[in-house]
Amino acid sequence: MVRLEPRRQHSQAMVYLSPVLAILMTLVVGGIIFAFLGKNPFDALYTFFILPINNSYGISELFVKATPLVIIAVGLAMGFRANVWNIGAEGQLTMGAIFGGGLALYFHDSESILLMPAMFVLGALGGAFWAAIPALLRTKFNANEILTSLMLTYVATLFLSFLVHGPWRNPEGFNFPESRPFPDAGLLPIIFEGSRVHLGTAVAVFVVIAGWLLLSKSVIGFQLRVVGKAPQAARHVGFRQKRMVWFTLLLGGALAGLAGLFEVSGPIGQLQPSISPGYGFTAIIVAFLGRLHPVGILFGGIIMALTYLGGELAQITLGLPNAVTGLFQGILLFFLLACDVLTKYRIRFGAIAAKGRTA
Amino acid sequence: MGVATVTSTTGEAGANTVKGAGPAQLEVRGVTKAFPGCLANDDISFRIEPGEIHALLGENGAGKSTLVKIIYGVLQADEGALIWEGKPVTIASPHDAREMGIGLVFQHFSLFETMTVLENIALAMNDVRDMDALRKQVLEVEKTYGLPLDPDRHVYTLSVGERQRIEIVRCLLQNPKLLILDEPTSVLTPQEVEKLFETLRRLADEGCAILYISHKLHEVKALCHKATVLRGGKVVGGCDPREETAKSMAEMMIGQKLTAPDRGEARQFGDVRLAVSNLSLESDEQFGTDLKGINLEVRGGEIMGVAGVAGNGQNELFRALAGETEQEAAPDSIKIDGNPVAHFGPRRRRRLGATFVPEERNGHGAVPDMSLSENGFLTAFRRMALSARGLIREVPTKSFADNIIKTFDVRTTGSGAEAGSLSGGNLQKFIVGREILQDPGVLVISQPTWGVDAGAASAIHQALLDLAAKGTAVLVISQDLDEIYAICDSVVVMAEGKMSKPRPMADVSIEEIGLLMGGLHDLEGQTNPAHDTQVEGGRLGQA
Repeated sequence: MVRLEPRRQHSQAMVYLSPVLAILMTLVVGGIIFAFLGKNPFDALYTFFILPINNSYGISELFVKATPLVIIAVGLAMGFRANVWNIGAEGQLTMGAIFGGGLALYFHDSESILLMPAMFVLGALGGAFWAAIPALLRTKFNANEILTSLMLTYVATLFLSFLVHGPWRNPEGFNFPESRPFPDAGLLPIIFEGSRVHLGTAVAVFVVIAGWLLLSKSVIGFQLRVVGKAPQAARHVGFRQKRMVWFTLLLGGALAGLAGLFEVSGPIGQLQPSISPGYGFTAIIVAFLGRLHPVGILFGGIIMALTYLGGELAQITLGLPNAVTGLFQGILLFFLLACDVLTKYRIRFGAIAAKGRTA
Repeated sequence: MGVATVTSTTGEAGANTVKGAGPAQLEVRGVTKAFPGCLANDDISFRIEPGEIHALLGENGAGKSTLVKIIYGVLQADEGALIWEGKPVTIASPHDAREMGIGLVFQHFSLFETMTVLENIALAMNDVRDMDALRKQVLEVEKTYGLPLDPDRHVYTLSVGERQRIEIVRCLLQNPKLLILDEPTSVLTPQEVEKLFETLRRLADEGCAILYISHKLHEVKALCHKATVLRGGKVVGGCDPREETAKSMAEMMIGQKLTAPDRGEARQFGDVRLAVSNLSLESDEQFGTDLKGINLEVRGGEIMGVAGVAGNGQNELFRALAGETEQEAAPDSIKIDGNPVAHFGPRRRRRLGATFVPEERNGHGAVPDMSLSENGFLTAFRRMALSARGLIREVPTKSFADNIIKTFDVRTTGSGAEAGSLSGGNLQKFIVGREILQDPGVLVISQPTWGVDAGAASAIHQALLDLAAKGTAVLVISQDLDEIYAICDSVVVMAEGKMSKPRPMADVSIEEIGLLMGGLHDLEGQTNPAHDTQVEGGRLGQA
């Protein structure tokens, strides 16, 4: 007889062990799935997780993929801490790309060094604007931000599709649904020669540090933790929930918008119908994998970036569908949430005894 | 129908009905029960005779509830035996317990608010075929035991005392031979308590054994024939409560000498520091109580008590004073040191020198899974300057928490411990200490010693007295009349969202407070029990 017994105090060890455990179990289950697909599980796992990073270019690609994940996840984690469930980061990312990228297209022959900073600002504004809609609906009409932010994602991606098929299509682009390439002044500088690692990666590191300071050391971070953990206590001391909804959604939206801008002005270099392989959704997993803590998110982002690289290689060398990436991400989130139960409960073997312990 | 299997003897509280001979109704023999990290029951033995009212005394955590759960079949003992009418028995579930004739009236009721009394009773019965027959049985039991209750009323319209009657009627319908009551009076007015006691005495006279769990000693003294005292999971003594004083029993319970709080010299009162005038607020909860024209003034140095049965608007009053409610009252309906604050949120009220301690510790007064340091910061960061330029100042924050822990003798591993890991008494000392060390001009505190052990309770009482002696106006919202008598200078009573005029503690008898707690509504009921006509001879007049 196996059962769960509540722990007296949360296990700190399990808080850190649970992601490790989840990754191990994902590998085991992943291996089994590969075996069912008729592949040697060890070869397949090697292809998926080791091969992508056994050279320096692979490692640099890891950082390129991790950059948007980390930036978005830090913003989302702020909201999740305060019980604000923004799951529309993908849409906010897209809006950031449209706003910031739009500026680059408008000044497509500019050589000004001011263009890039202005694109940063507009990218962040675009994301924040898109997140402000769920914030308004939640605070004014008590509409669930999970639904509104998710649905706005589809609006944003379709809007981008409309733009690159129509008004913003490259006049010299042979009718492909793509914008003009951004001018050089609108492209992020590469920080390591010979790779695609761009300025955005440095920004991601800065976001992690700033996020950690905000969350752990600032009064506003304290407020959002209290709002999330004990709403009644927050009300008692006058930390307003609505302000936290606005703050976390605007911050999360701005960071997602920035990440979107980095994609289009970094690795992509133009606007096209699809600018993200679901970074905004994967960042949700990254946030939880990193225990909603900015430093943890840094590691979580790198691990999830690996699943993207591994998925690409699995397509090429093993002939597996791209869905393998999503599959691994899903399995990992599943096991992560399951393992988290162990921070509050321990597994016991034996007959049922006590239900309560009050005396 | 009913329990009248043994013919009723005379109406006197039945000392003479306790029989020495014959098998005990229930004998508990060497019961031991361990939980991870605590031995809740350690070799507990005692016996209850038929017709005996037996008190189980002990502080929170002494092991009373565990023992009750074992007797009622919710838990199984690790060791030891239960002997029922001379035969060893295994009680595997509450269902078994009820079959055997054990009834339990819980401290917290399990009733459906939107259903009628009769429907609620039917739900608890194993098989009900005929509602009319059940109605007859219910009325019969109500009549026999003086428990007036209209079977067709909806539960949400009933007072707490009336709701408890439903639970008791439920039990009586099953012909119990042993009735267990867990802290039954914590929600009743003194008059309702007296009515309950009459019912219990009558039941005992008819041979029903009663196990009465309480920490209210004067009640045990008035009602019970025998008492078993538990401390730390062990039986530390037995006594005849009628021959003991409340003080001697209390000392058995806590295992040390009791010192009454030191009230100091007769205090001088200063200016009015907290003034509430004509405050009316609609409750934001579905079954909440609206506040109706509340007036009160608390002067510097004064401790005013707010008495009343739970659910008569005390929570709403606390939230209105603390600034937690969304709805706004006229600005000057609440004044702190003369400043109108009713339109302010909690932070601006605190800036003016008011502090607040809510009833619920976990999740309201403190965040359970944050450290004590952070919980200290929670309400004190502005007044104690624990933040600068939007950042938390770590060193002063930690030393503020350390200071609370030291000054108020909070037993914990340190300021890094999670608040939720502290015992109720220690966390309450921390929360009260946090507000007192902010040197408030006004302190509003709700149920200061609810669920707190006697040692911590007396420390908190002393701290409140000391705070008032320094000139703070203190408002204590409490259901515990003993507490109000112990520390308050004056008292107001809340009933149905209205508040009585303040009275000096010295001039007001416990009976008067009891009548006010019942509210005007019940006063009318006493002379003209209009809605109780179906139950003739309701014994309402005999408070």
